[in-house]
Amino acid sequence: MNQNRRHFLKFVGLSAAAGLCFGPVRGLMASGGPAASSAPAETAAGLRAKRWAMVVDTRVLNSAETIKPLVDVCHSQHNVPDIPGNKNIKWIWGAPFHEAFTDMNTNYLAEGVESRQYVLLCNHCDNAPCVRVCPTKATYRRPDGIVTMDYHRCIGCRYCMAGCPYGSRSFNFGEPRLNLDLAKLNKEYPTRMRGVVEKCTFCVERLEAGKVPACVEAAKGALLFGDLTDSGSEVRKALRGNFTIRRKPSLGTEPSVYYII
Amino acid sequence: MLEKALRGSPKYWGWVAFLLVLIGAGAACWVWQLTVGLKITGMNRDVSWGFYIAQFTYLVGVAASGVMIVLPYYFHHYKTFKHMVIFGEFLAIAAVVMCMGFIVVDIGQPQRMLNVMLHPTPNSVLFWDMVVLNGYLFLNLIIGWICLEKDRLNLPHPKWLKPIIYTSIIWAFSIHTVTAFLYQGLPGRHYWLTAILAARFLSSAFCSGPAILLLVALLTKKVTKFDPGKEAIATVAKIITYAMCVNVFFFLLELFTAFYSNIPGHIHSIAYLFVGAHGHTGMVPWMWSAAILAILSLILLVPPKLRDCQCLLPWSLGILVAATWIDKGLGLLIGGFTPNHFEQVTVYWPTGPEIMISLMVYGTGALVLTILYKIATEVKQDLGVSQKIECACEKKEESAAQAPEAHAHAH
Repeated sequence: MNQNRRHFLKFVGLSAAAGLCFGPVRGLMASGGPAASSAPAETAAGLRAKRWAMVVDTRVLNSAETIKPLVDVCHSQHNVPDIPGNKNIKWIWGAPFHEAFTDMNTNYLAEGVESRQYVLLCNHCDNAPCVRVCPTKATYRRPDGIVTMDYHRCIGCRYCMAGCPYGSRSFNFGEPRLNLDLAKLNKEYPTRMRGVVEKCTFCVERLEAGKVPACVEAAKGALLFGDLTDSGSEVRKALRGNFTIRRKPSLGTEPSVYYII
Repeated sequence: MLEKALRGSPKYWGWVAFLLVLIGAGAACWVWQLTVGLKITGMNRDVSWGFYIAQFTYLVGVAASGVMIVLPYYFHHYKTFKHMVIFGEFLAIAAVVMCMGFIVVDIGQPQRMLNVMLHPTPNSVLFWDMVVLNGYLFLNLIIGWICLEKDRLNLPHPKWLKPIIYTSIIWAFSIHTVTAFLYQGLPGRHYWLTAILAARFLSSAFCSGPAILLLVALLTKKVTKFDPGKEAIATVAKIITYAMCVNVFFFLLELFTAFYSNIPGHIHSIAYLFVGAHGHTGMVPWMWSAAILAILSLILLVPPKLRDCQCLLPWSLGILVAATWIDKGLGLLIGGFTPNHFEQVTVYWPTGPEIMISLMVYGTGALVLTILYKIATEVKQDLGVSQKIECACEKKEESAAQAPEAHAHAH
């Protein structure tokens, strides 16, 4: 009896000590960042939608020069390392028409359309293959349609990279901090560790804080972001008034990123 | 029975030592990989699975193939395989051990591996692959060990084992089907997105696996007193030949569908493998070698005269293994990922450390196989079954032919 009590007390003491040691670290490393753990009042002010979607106005965002500021702001806010070679990490980038829309083999494309660069990012699909294949639910779809990740649950099997038909996912082959300027880190967002996959999250941490995604803010109106289920939303207005396409619609993934041509 | 693996000739210990050195060298590379990450491999954002997962896939086939020995014995009471069965089961165990090894070395965060069980996700095929592979390992361990133990004690196999054995036979088909489902359910990967992939996997497994089994058995025959028997060897060779014919036929079906339909997505991967794309032709010599070796293996295996020729058989089997390995251990993964989703070509080739780590896993499998086969052959020897015949006529002829030489030696 005495023995049991002693063991129990020992266990409690050790657990408390462990809690003290690891508690703060866990708080810092939480994937949502400080915003996620902030006060409920601020969370209540966060942006909410039934189905987030994005519309890209490719008539405006049409060149490497116009896309670069978006890439820079996204990658710096999310501490995305710049790794030379083909083991690089990309959350958002630009590509020509025949790379972006591979299933549209239109010969003699309109000059303006063919010469454009197109913004590519995660499509946050309704039927996301990456969510379907993930063996640990590290990649999951939120009720508002955003496909996001738990970097701490990811085992790095890269099945999601094989599954994603848009090449939107990147794997940390090495230690990402080696390719980051540690002086310029955004301390509001966690860096990742090697061996996990990452991708665009539609800036869930900014939505929680009531801000639109960083790229949307930087695009100054050329990227529209809103609720697809709200017929009065900006994205629905844009979809009503313009001809839009999506990437690889024949695969049935139902992307939520639309391109005005 | 494990004690049988602890006594052996210097040759046996030499081989074990060689494997341990190989494993050690590979393990050093693995520690390096664990320290710096998978950047020491040739994998990249476009070809995100490489040599490791390809070997995993090939070895799942080898594991499943044990059923080609087990099934005829239990379902058709084909007694000739009576003493081969244990070798099929033990090869399956070694192969599954290697499969697991290749998964462990491939994932970026191996210490989190148990998340697959802590957060079971039935919609992921990888979850099911984990289930079927572990189940298959477990089944074969139970069946193999108990059967051998009972044999050693001259006792009949327990009745309760029968349903487990039948389960394991069906299970064998499931492991390679589920492994094919890993690939064939992915949208946008045309080389894999084909209903016949699971069937192709099974056919290539049922020729390459028994071929490896037979090669190992022939080697075992050379270094021990074990002899699987002429008839058993001939039957396995026949099974291999049928499976290889089906395997080649299935591949030709793929070619027809891709090229007659003329759908670019279906053609691109095959074209990249066999003629190259965007000036990248690294896979071309490999794939044509595979094609030529596959045809050559059929030429050597289909005619009964050539197939039954004992001196030719190891070569025919080796050629077959090489052909199927290039197809599944290289072409399948690289072809599936190339061209990438932007119709661009990113070249992948395994790096030195990647090969060394793979050799570590292969070495581990070889060690497991060596130990299990050592035990099995010694038990067979104790029982006096499947042993080389000492007084057969060929021995007489041999001794007659070698008589003068023997005399010379005597002097």
